[in-house]
Amino acid sequence: MTAGTTAPKPPGADLPEHPDHLWRDAEPRRAYDVVVVGGGGHGLATAHYLAKNHGITNVAVLEKGWLAGGNMARNTTLIRSNYLWDESAGIYEHALKLWEGLEEDLDYPILFSQRGVLNLAHTEQDVRDSVRRVEANKLNGIDAEWLGPDEVAKVCPIVNVSSDIRYPVQGATFQPRAGIAKHDYVAWGFARRASEASIDIIQDCEVTGFVTDADRVTGVRTTRGTIAAGTVALCAAGHTSTLLDMLGVRAPLQSHPLQALVSELLEPVHPTIVMSNAVHVYVSQAHKGELVMGAGVDSYNGYGQRGAFHVIERQMAAAVELFPVFARAHLLRSWAGIVDVTPDASPIVGHTPYENVFLNCGWGTGGFKATPGLGWAFADTVAHGRPHPLVAPFGLDRFVTGALVDEHGAAAVAH
Amino acid sequence: MQLIACPWCGPREEIEFSYGGQAHVAYPEHPASLTDEQWAHFVFFRDNPKGPFAERWSHSAGCRRWFTAVRDTRTHRFVSPPEMTS
Amino acid sequence: MSRVDGYGRIDRSRTVTVTVDGTAYTGHPGDTVASVLLAHDARPQNTSVKYGRPRGIGAAWTEDPVGLVQVEEPFPEPMLLAATVEATDGLVVRGVNGQGRLAEVPDTARYDRRHTHCDVLVVGAGPAGLVAARTAARAGRSVVLVDDRPTAGGTLTGTETIDGRPSLEFVADTVAELAALGVVHLQRTTAFGHYDDGFVLALERRGDCVIEMGPRTRQRVHRIRAGRVVVAAGAIERPVVVEDNDRPGVMLAASARDLLHRHGVLAGREVVVFTSDDAAYAAATDLADAGARVRVLDARERAPQAGRRRCEDRGIPVETGTLVHGTRGEDRVTAALVGALTSSERREVPCDLLLVSGGWNPAAHLASHVGGSLAYDPVIGAFRPGELPPDVAVVGAANGTFALADILREAGGPDAPVAPPEEWPEPTLVLWRTPGDPTRQFVDVARDATVADVERAVGAGMTHPEHVKRYTTIGTAHDQGKTSGIIALGILAELTGRPIQEVGTTTARPPYTPVAFAALAGRERGDLFDPVRTTALHAWHVAAGAEFEDVGQWQRARHYPQAGEDMTAAVLRECAAVRTSVGIMDASTLGKIDVRGPDAPVLLDRLYTNLMSSLKVGRVRYGVMCGNDGMVFDDGTVLRLAEDRYLVTTTTGNAAAVLDWMEEWLQTEWPDLRVRLTSVTEQWSIAAVAGPRSRDVIGTVFADVDVSNEAFGFMTWQDTSLDGVPVRLARISFSGELAFEVTVSSWYAPALWERLVEAGAPHGITPYGTETMHVLRAEKGYPIIGQDTDGTVSPHDLGMAWAVSKKKDDFVGKRSYARPENRNPLRKQLVSLLPTDGATRLPEGSQIVAHCDDGRLPPAPVPMLGHVTSSYHSAALARPFALALVKGGRERLGEVVHVPVGDELVAARIGESVLVDPEGARRDG
Repeated sequence: MTAGTTAPKPPGADLPEHPDHLWRDAEPRRAYDVVVVGGGGHGLATAHYLAKNHGITNVAVLEKGWLAGGNMARNTTLIRSNYLWDESAGIYEHALKLWEGLEEDLDYPILFSQRGVLNLAHTEQDVRDSVRRVEANKLNGIDAEWLGPDEVAKVCPIVNVSSDIRYPVQGATFQPRAGIAKHDYVAWGFARRASEASIDIIQDCEVTGFVTDADRVTGVRTTRGTIAAGTVALCAAGHTSTLLDMLGVRAPLQSHPLQALVSELLEPVHPTIVMSNAVHVYVSQAHKGELVMGAGVDSYNGYGQRGAFHVIERQMAAAVELFPVFARAHLLRSWAGIVDVTPDASPIVGHTPYENVFLNCGWGTGGFKATPGLGWAFADTVAHGRPHPLVAPFGLDRFVTGALVDEHGAAAVAH
Repeated sequence: MQLIACPWCGPREEIEFSYGGQAHVAYPEHPASLTDEQWAHFVFFRDNPKGPFAERWSHSAGCRRWFTAVRDTRTHRFVSPPEMTS
Repeated sequence: MSRVDGYGRIDRSRTVTVTVDGTAYTGHPGDTVASVLLAHDARPQNTSVKYGRPRGIGAAWTEDPVGLVQVEEPFPEPMLLAATVEATDGLVVRGVNGQGRLAEVPDTARYDRRHTHCDVLVVGAGPAGLVAARTAARAGRSVVLVDDRPTAGGTLTGTETIDGRPSLEFVADTVAELAALGVVHLQRTTAFGHYDDGFVLALERRGDCVIEMGPRTRQRVHRIRAGRVVVAAGAIERPVVVEDNDRPGVMLAASARDLLHRHGVLAGREVVVFTSDDAAYAAATDLADAGARVRVLDARERAPQAGRRRCEDRGIPVETGTLVHGTRGEDRVTAALVGALTSSERREVPCDLLLVSGGWNPAAHLASHVGGSLAYDPVIGAFRPGELPPDVAVVGAANGTFALADILREAGGPDAPVAPPEEWPEPTLVLWRTPGDPTRQFVDVARDATVADVERAVGAGMTHPEHVKRYTTIGTAHDQGKTSGIIALGILAELTGRPIQEVGTTTARPPYTPVAFAALAGRERGDLFDPVRTTALHAWHVAAGAEFEDVGQWQRARHYPQAGEDMTAAVLRECAAVRTSVGIMDASTLGKIDVRGPDAPVLLDRLYTNLMSSLKVGRVRYGVMCGNDGMVFDDGTVLRLAEDRYLVTTTTGNAAAVLDWMEEWLQTEWPDLRVRLTSVTEQWSIAAVAGPRSRDVIGTVFADVDVSNEAFGFMTWQDTSLDGVPVRLARISFSGELAFEVTVSSWYAPALWERLVEAGAPHGITPYGTETMHVLRAEKGYPIIGQDTDGTVSPHDLGMAWAVSKKKDDFVGKRSYARPENRNPLRKQLVSLLPTDGATRLPEGSQIVAHCDDGRLPPAPVPMLGHVTSSYHSAALARPFALALVKGGRERLGEVVHVPVGDELVAARIGESVLVDPEGARRDG
């Protein structure tokens, strides 16, 4: 493209070219069969699968700001399915299988790179929990291994597995099929396919209320006018409570800042993904070479898309403790998303008290990795008016019956 | 990283405090008489407003007293001084 | 050499040698790597990230998008700007081809933090910052002044006049006055992040030297809490995008001037200055004075009168209405491609340095970090601060005030020093680019992103700046778009036909400049990563050869291997000692909470599942606590010390959480209860003496205590003393054996422990660790909260319905037991598992499946019945055994299930959870 290209390209410079057209910035029409509220990964994936799997294309995706500008633009792009409980393993493994074919499906280079994830164990109880999860994964048909410290060092030589650190690495679970993908490209890939299917993607269109008729919602009020809707699918992540408040529906959601950060571009040092709950770090090295790292969730509710710095400092301490070679990497940029967390750290998907309004929220730190799986199952849910079996365990009613899917208590692995 | 005005100690660093979520959610007088749904709402359901939010805080690395305060969740700033009431 | 005599604040009496890309260059203290290279007409061997084109030095400070180097010596550090790396003797750097390199060995340098509080923090020690700091300090405020460059003065070169004197004299006097007024003044200190309530983080670079006392702190993060934050961070010069503007030899105009006055370096001999703003005229005249041949091309129709006159005085040609369209050259600029605004004709003007200036962008990043808004000002072609949070001010160039006289007035108010007003300025022409081939017009030189890339993004449907940024990667490099961000917005506005204020902006986020991970980690590394808690008896355990395990922050003795023993052998030996004679364990880490007040019984009745009010003084009761969800949260023993006083013990890991939990209920829900809670975990140490001979040991040490079963029954306690030191004895057993817990003030714990060990010697008293304790309790079916439970287990699931009061109307968690899921007969229940081969120890965490009659697992997904929570070799049973949570477990007693272990299926029989002494005959000795 540019003249004078002579020197060899350095590694990591080869980001793919984007397509010449991504999506049509649509004006809202008066009515749609399905109105998806939220133009993030989940909303766009739902739109794509509504068209692809169910032939439903009279669909609008409403985005209050710029497309995929919420958590989709702010996450650390981890993809894995090594969850403890059958219910979680089901939806995340379904998602992972879709990830494995997503480049072809979307015809978009989403840079999906299956480089494996290590979940480190630092205490005897970590080891028990890890073995428990690995064994459960295997029985669920999910690739998983338990590795001792020496094997951890083989998979990721820069992890400090010596016994002289504060919480020595006792081993790790390893899921080889886990990976990363380029978050923006994933969103744009879904948006492009949805747009090609003549689904309307409408930006700068904030939902301000709902038009209801008894136990149905007939329309969505927005900053760009009222839009009639046959079915409404809520995919608003951290902003879901605001929408539910308009509907008078309660859900056990709390929105918290979740911070992440990147370093400058570095020569490849980190071949996989490493997560440590005990020491609170998760890190991968993205395609261009930057280290991408997530911090813990900030303690208080907040919609400000910024968090407290002590969380980042603690994160850096953990990173340097586990990866001594990171000492002089530089924090280049930090940011925060808004994660909607539930009491059992599992999502809420399914019916609402309104018969034609379906809910998808509460993914906490797990939303990105679920994107295609959730979109696929939620589209099916919307198309058939009942929860798809993969999301059925995640209904709002579980908090009443007590049938929780407790991923933070038992699995000790969030994110 | 805010300063939080503990009503007993004065302004202190955010790291000295623990968050207790929504304030003014009273323990039901007769849990046994509640429906499962009512009980679930007490146990699990809390408001999550985008805007002013009455919350509980504990000065856990200080005087260890609980207090309530109203904070705007959009700006993260406290909008009314914390109250000494529990 | 391009070093100019008579210029620069460098120490020419000394030299330093810096090696860049294998070539040694000499420079002087006060130089940067960039100034050393430019003094030798050299550049780092950089090539661009995408197209592999050569890159030089583009600016004199942090805004440089191109001049990156990798430091190799004294210690590898990736991706630093040559313009910001101070030249020190022996420094070795090389150019960067897109990616930096991390060291392969750990960084042993020291990093730390300092907390500072002040009335006023001033960021930037240029004219605005100095005056703002002086004004505040003179008013008696406590002031901190930070500035990222080595010396104060900002962009002042010494050619300006302040209060009738050369500006650098004013700077020196002001710095001295600030010191006298007690201002904390830190140079080489970058304020990189601004958070709520005046919290600013600043990184101080203290150098790599090692002093005799040991390593000096290399970098320090100042955590500054200020009553008021004054941002006086100056402005960043804005280039104009022209064809091939990425070529070495293209530089910001003010940077060339800065290099001359700061380092005595002339960045070029044949200089073309292309400007649409007045400030570049000073660069033109200063470089000419220093010996360069200079030509000014001004895009505007009118040149500023004073600037033109000063140029004419020096014979500098000034052409107005003239544009630079591009550059020529191979590895560096050899000519500028020039044409009149109104003409399509182009001519080449030979030069070795093209200076560009399109105006200035206020550096108000620190105001944006904390939520300050920005408003586009078409007059300056940049965003300037709009609405600011309380107690934040932005002054000087950071506020869009560019003339020195105005800056001083804005920063100092009535107390301000004065400078001559600018003479007949011409307004800036806002110019993002000149006409040319968009594929060769670099918007973000660091990312190799061109105007054509922005055009493609718009063509693909992108209209929001964030989308364009992500599509093109503009503004994502090490400089975070300090020079490119606004230009990308301007071009996007042009392409989409919208005013720039409608296009919006991307958000400035911390850090302002990159900060090393280690600097942020500070001292929180190694043992200081998290506090290590040890008991008063720790030294004894170490001397006895104990292996330790981390339990929360505590280090607990896990077992005491003797020569030749592995853990299994040691634990079997320790277990046998307890079951046959006597053992001693340090139980000091158990959480201990003193619960005192007339309503203490009421509080405990509400928090424990069982009754505590009925407990008699002098007695002990085991208790279980649940959350509101009815799931087991903690357990422990409760001693009733008096009618109005209990001592509650908790699990080691949960001590703080339980105290918090109790306080929360007490303060927020039942403030009417007259109870006080006090943690006494650290104050009391506990030695658990367990085994059939424990009575002998206790009786020997405490001769005046009647330790008979009749006088000292199970689950009772008695106070006594030893040599005048109060001691509490309690008949509590976590092993099923006759056992005593001996509690003493931690001051006396080592002495008491020695006495117990001495008294036990005739019985072969054996110290045992947590692993042995775990085996002994598992043989009795006693769960460990957090190991045999996981937050989804109710007391009933543990077979502890006996510990759930039916008498109490309510207690925390009770209502949840009535939920449908709690009545599910397939809930997981705690049972034992005995491998039928009598030999296999099932790995803890193993999953349990139904018996596979053909000896093979069915295809996935295989339904799981539960998992192994605890598993050990038992000395008492002479076989391995396990505890497990199994769906409907108590309905399956006797059933054989399979446990996949590696590639094998191990058969195991489900049994009652209590395996040793189910009738409880041993507890009384």
